[in-house]
Amino acid sequence: MSEKNELILAIETSCDETAAAVVQGGTKLRSNVVATQMEIHQKFGGVVPEVASRHHIEQITIVMEQALYEADVSIDDIDAVAVTEGPGLVGALLVGVNAAKALAYAHGKPVIGVHHIAGHIYANRLEKEFEFPLLSLVVSGGHTELIYMEQHGEYEIIGETRDDAAGEAYDKVAKALNLPYPGGPQIDRLAQLGEDTYQFPRSYLEEGSYDFSFSGLKTSVINKLHQLRQKGDEIDRENVAASFQESVIDVLVDKTYQAAVDYNVKQLIVAGGVSANQTLRRRMERRFADTDVELAIPPLYLCTDNAAMIGAKASIKYHQQNYASLDLNANPGLMM
Amino acid sequence: MNVLAIDTSNQPMSVALLKDQQLAAELTVNVKRNHSIQLMPAIDYILNQAGLLPKDLNLIAVAEGPGSYTGLRIGMTTAKTLAWTLNLPIVAISSLEMLAANLMYHNSYICPFFDARRGNVYTGLYKATQGKIEQVEDDFNTAMEEWLDELKALNEPIWFISSTDHSFDHIIKDKLGEHAILIKHSLNFPKAGVLASLALECDPTPVHELKPQYHRMVEAEAKWLEQNQKR
Ligand SMILES: [Zn+2]
Repeated sequence: MSEKNELILAIETSCDETAAAVVQGGTKLRSNVVATQMEIHQKFGGVVPEVASRHHIEQITIVMEQALYEADVSIDDIDAVAVTEGPGLVGALLVGVNAAKALAYAHGKPVIGVHHIAGHIYANRLEKEFEFPLLSLVVSGGHTELIYMEQHGEYEIIGETRDDAAGEAYDKVAKALNLPYPGGPQIDRLAQLGEDTYQFPRSYLEEGSYDFSFSGLKTSVINKLHQLRQKGDEIDRENVAASFQESVIDVLVDKTYQAAVDYNVKQLIVAGGVSANQTLRRRMERRFADTDVELAIPPLYLCTDNAAMIGAKASIKYHQQNYASLDLNANPGLMM
Repeated sequence: MNVLAIDTSNQPMSVALLKDQQLAAELTVNVKRNHSIQLMPAIDYILNQAGLLPKDLNLIAVAEGPGSYTGLRIGMTTAKTLAWTLNLPIVAISSLEMLAANLMYHNSYICPFFDARRGNVYTGLYKATQGKIEQVEDDFNTAMEEWLDELKALNEPIWFISSTDHSFDHIIKDKLGEHAILIKHSLNFPKAGVLASLALECDPTPVHELKPQYHRMVEAEAKWLEQNQKR
């Protein structure tokens, strides 16, 4: 295998997906296996960490085997093993971290620890090469961040949520509308059928800030629903979903656009689970259509949690020989 | 036959290596530190001491629980992955049986237990006969007081062994008096060498099917079941 064509087996278990993938040279997807637990957690209305951990350990060797099989390679062909070391659920992360270390140790391969959010950004490298400087909007159940990058491995967080993550607000509003978990896709689906009739507030915070805040919006949606229910008025769920979604997306798109202009970036990457949202994708495309900024949104299967993105990020660390040692631990609060 | 054995069920961590069926190295550490940090370097250390490489191994043994959920998963994930990728058979043995086996030449009843908080324990009942250990009562999770009442009814001497703590010493003595023998002097700690030897006599489990034996449902699952049975 030539230097730039290295094969990395990557593992991701930070939340409720047990995933393994083989990535070649940081940009080529050889296999991408995801065992999702979504249905298992659905009955609890959210991810139960201990349940997630118990499923990860049952799936982990099966998923790794499948990833090698689908890539049509053996472990001897693999140059390094990469794994999400954080942030995430500690018990869940531990399964991936220990599997990665054991696998690498057994064959004398290096282990590479990867930051989960960096992985989400690097998912895009499997589609399009990075153009620096770039801006990335990371939106998921746990994150809403604007990250500026001048080169590989350098992250400047220029904006972040001060309270709820966007995905979290989606889940909570979905719950208030009695929609099943996970709420994001459900709200997006309903919103397609409704209109912004409720005009919920948009929180831009102080002038010039790239930070976000969604808890006020969430509260006003919940209060509105409460009011309507008390008065016995009919609730138009489609319009509530559309109105809520418009408020979230207006702010996401406006702030991202402003930051992209201010920082004069060449590329904008939208990453994380919420980037699967159809309306967000459409609105971003429209807003950036007439600009010089190249918009990059990974395909749906690379937006949600997966191990390919971990392999893509690990490639950079592989070439820097930035390896972890055998005492690598899960780090649920890992900073970028 | 070279056997690597791993136990991270509770605070003590023990790893051992049999080389040609003989104990070559054993390392037991009982400090408050994450097993995820300690385990792999410990395995590397004992393999080095014995002059073996991972590919020289023939069998993996692992303590399957009960114990700390996180601890169990660290040991089990490591053992499973090693067995899977090196294409080795893997034997899982009860963490309680492994501890009871410290006393396998004592020809008596042995009650190993781990603290499961709020007066509860993970425990089981074993009987040793001339170096053979057999299970009399399955491993389970129970209130210590009720368990002791059951054991009292046996009306026989019982050796109590626990690595986790000694907060139950009083109640054991109160309930069983002369019939209770409490194991101390470091003999109450798990020894992975014992685990490795036990594994030589057991059938392996298909690696993908292996999971820890928690002996306790996840709280959210228990609640969910309770609510959905009421309806
Ligand atoms: Zn994620």
